[in-house]
Amino acid sequence: MFTLKPVFEKSPVLMRDALCTALMDMAAENKNIVALDADLVSSSGLKPFFRAYPEQAVQCGIAEANMIGIAAGLSSVGKIPFAHSFGCFSSRRVCDQIMISCAYAKLNVRIIGSDPGVTASYNGGTHMPFEDMGVLRSIPQITLIELTDPVMAKNIIPQLEDVYGVYYLRMPRKSVIGVYEEGSSFEIGKGNQLTDGDDVTIIASGIMVAEALKAQAVLKAEGVGARVVDMFTWKPIDRELIARCARETGAFVTAENHNILGGLGAAVAEAMVSSCPVPMEMVGVEDRFGQVGTEEYLKEAYGLTASHIIEAAKKAISRKK
Amino acid sequence: MSSNKTATQLQIAAEGIRLVTLHTLAGFGSGHIGGAMSIVETLAVLYSGELRCDPENPDWPDRDRLVMSKGHAGPALYATLALKGFFPREMLTELNQGGGHLPSHCDRTKTPGIDMTTGSLGQGMSTAIGIALGQRMNGSDSYTYLVLGDGECDEGQVWEGALFAAHNKLDHLIAFVDRNGQQLDGYVKNVLDTGDLAEKFRAFGWFTQEVDGHDCGAIQAAVQAAKEHEGEPCMIVLHTVKGYGCTFAEGIEANHHMSFTEEQIEEATAAVYARIEKLSAAENAAEAQEADAPAADAAEEEAE
Repeated sequence: MFTLKPVFEKSPVLMRDALCTALMDMAAENKNIVALDADLVSSSGLKPFFRAYPEQAVQCGIAEANMIGIAAGLSSVGKIPFAHSFGCFSSRRVCDQIMISCAYAKLNVRIIGSDPGVTASYNGGTHMPFEDMGVLRSIPQITLIELTDPVMAKNIIPQLEDVYGVYYLRMPRKSVIGVYEEGSSFEIGKGNQLTDGDDVTIIASGIMVAEALKAQAVLKAEGVGARVVDMFTWKPIDRELIARCARETGAFVTAENHNILGGLGAAVAEAMVSSCPVPMEMVGVEDRFGQVGTEEYLKEAYGLTASHIIEAAKKAISRKK
Repeated sequence: MSSNKTATQLQIAAEGIRLVTLHTLAGFGSGHIGGAMSIVETLAVLYSGELRCDPENPDWPDRDRLVMSKGHAGPALYATLALKGFFPREMLTELNQGGGHLPSHCDRTKTPGIDMTTGSLGQGMSTAIGIALGQRMNGSDSYTYLVLGDGECDEGQVWEGALFAAHNKLDHLIAFVDRNGQQLDGYVKNVLDTGDLAEKFRAFGWFTQEVDGHDCGAIQAAVQAAKEHEGEPCMIVLHTVKGYGCTFAEGIEANHHMSFTEEQIEEATAAVYARIEKLSAAENAAEAQEADAPAADAAEEEAE
């Protein structure tokens, strides 16, 4: 069960620290937990883990393909590997290694892709994954999760100890807007309905959840009831919730820090058209490459703000028959 | 847990594997004959005692593992595993059959005794490293064997792994490169020359040996030397001939994947029988009778 914070503001806990703390807690109890990184330990926040558990830490150097294969091999002898790189290099660069060595081989691997979309900020276009989830979504049986805030990280990461399969975790490294109250819990594969509303459903993920909540407040003041859903599991997507929201609100907006082609909007649309087709608008990156800039600049440049969501919600509602 | 077989007995075992591989591929009518034929002597050495395994308990955690990174040599490994008793010989007819247990490339989820899924070249290097590293973390003394192709060494991932294994002193990783000099499009030296692979692996920090890849005694000695060696991963460069011992494939440039006729199979089979007879004659008959290796037994059975 989860509860929302009364006020949404930057969380004092960095996402990478939440990651490292969760992994260290797990490693303390389970010697099969192994962390791997590709020369980004100083960025991923895993330095304390590497110091405290050197026997359970693997520095792979700048060789991501090898790292993913090593993770697959480790899992075949009972280890539970968590392999980190920036999202670009832990998805598109190693797509075939994830596909064959991990997924097709039915092994048990967790892959962490940090700096999703605009959160890559000054690292720019080469390091700005707008495609990671889309690239991986066509790999059979993979589970794709985007962590919303440190509270969710704290609850979800330990859940990955006892599940089996290939899991990709998309998460910013730094501070994000905190949405959930400490102690909230989440179920992988189930979307979180955050607000009530009958006029439109806004299905968001990652940093766009906070934008969706801002949009919801503005719409509410204007007399529009927006139901916000945090769809943190992109695959398998919560088809049941999508069908129910479509029936009950009759209009959809999706909001993602990702290319709308192959992204959350596509996944939601696929599920929605086969259950209860409703008008839908997608807020996200419209088939463009990344670039340098502050996160705020980039959100504006790619149309990833609350005002873009408000506009899309009104448009979707206007298209209702 | 080394083999107590003589080198000649190992050669006979290898010919047994070659024969069963031929017949497995013949059942389908086409396949990756070249790279299967060039690796059978190594498989005979490994599965005659060097590789610790238990066909009754294929998932034994402390077993040695083999990653056949050149996954298209699957049929040779399937023949070896069947002869070793991992599954019934009749299952070999399932090669490439929809719903069967023996896909063209090795699949750990489908075939008893297959330790890793391979076929996307270069990836076996990394998965083998993961296994070797994981077994070291687990406190196991098991060895991880890896078979790469020389054409496969075009893949950059092989060299990422080569760096990693040496840096991490994975001395229980024993790799082979099947240096048969040919890849799908032709001779390696013409397609993309991988050059002196032994020198390259030495430069990467591997304990590297070079042997005649069709000489079981030499392969066995190299494996034993690799087991003795500490502090470095081990590479054994196998100088082989693609399609070796198969009359219609050996010496042909385009022998990576071939279709073949019944007559060709009969001719190749006869040549293998002739070699087995010659080898058997050279070996003390009584010793050959006592040989308990399933491969050798099967070869003799087949020859009768």
